[in-house]
Amino acid sequence: MGEVIVVTSGKGGVGKTTTSANIGTGLANNGHKVVLVDTDIGLRNLDVVLGLENRIVYDLVDVTSGNCRLKQALIKDKRFTNLFLLPAAQTKDKTAVNPEQMKTLCQELKEEFDYAIIDCPAGIEQGFRNAIAGADRAVVVCTPEVSAVRDADRIIGLLEASELRNPKLIINRLRPAMVKRGDMMDISDILDILAIELIGVVPEDESIVVSTNRGEPAVMDLGSQAGEAYRRITKRIQGEEVPLMNLEVPKGLMDRLKKLIGLG
Amino acid sequence: MLEFISRMLGRESASSKSVAKERLRLVLVHDRASISPAMLNKLREDLVKVISNYMEIDEAALEFNLCQDDREVALVANIPVVKMKRDYSAKGQDLNS
Repeated sequence: MGEVIVVTSGKGGVGKTTTSANIGTGLANNGHKVVLVDTDIGLRNLDVVLGLENRIVYDLVDVTSGNCRLKQALIKDKRFTNLFLLPAAQTKDKTAVNPEQMKTLCQELKEEFDYAIIDCPAGIEQGFRNAIAGADRAVVVCTPEVSAVRDADRIIGLLEASELRNPKLIINRLRPAMVKRGDMMDISDILDILAIELIGVVPEDESIVVSTNRGEPAVMDLGSQAGEAYRRITKRIQGEEVPLMNLEVPKGLMDRLKKLIGLG
Repeated sequence: MLEFISRMLGRESASSKSVAKERLRLVLVHDRASISPAMLNKLREDLVKVISNYMEIDEAALEFNLCQDDREVALVANIPVVKMKRDYSAKGQDLNS
């Protein structure tokens, strides 16, 4: 019996889809049978992040409304034979699926896969309720900004009210140089406020843009810092204990100078 | 002189992160204060129970609200006292026993 993990955030644009794609790909790379489910009906994107946009025939709404069988709608990944995508419908809206249908679907996916990763839409409306309906665990993505932390706090409250206890936090797009000069909230500041368990920190990294351009998740790019962060998160999801990445700013000329004159 | 260099090198400048934290703290007090009416009722009952150990109050005229303004969230209770109880100390001990 597999496990259903929902990736959510409240606020849009903090990296839910990128995180879902990377965790899913990372788990598949480690040998698990994985399905990624895009529940952002009307605004689907997981297909392009994975580079599978040209292969879509059926979608999530076709499955839940009985237009096709689950197997027909699943798209096999280009790189991994054990990774699948269930794309969202693009021409319907979020009321085309209800939480009961999602529960049934998740039950079916759990029998077939080791992990089902649900990419949740932004917001707290029906799309959110659909995405969390059949989930066993939740991962909350948050960037170090006031708006994202506030929305994450709201989402954590809603998850706990829906019996999804102990959600785990991913802090995304952290900029160590800004943290160092006191212009960005640090990991400890955010954990102080949200009071949930951390499952990973992903630094801001240009390689994410490049990998999204190509439709190849950064977790496969051994030279990518964000990719390394996602590889560690993947291991933690599998239950392994992995230390946090070292995100210290490399010492520059100024730092060495400061040390020289006794200020460092 | 050392202090001047220090400042030049970007230390001791007021950080925007502390501004962010303080603003978040305030906004979350507001967000989280939207507690359910059921919980507010329970709190009201408990409060009446405790106060009744010490004084007789007019429950019908009791006002009990969670008030919010820009700066803070406050629990405001207006509790008319009808009579003070003389044996409050004995009652108080009852509570602990």
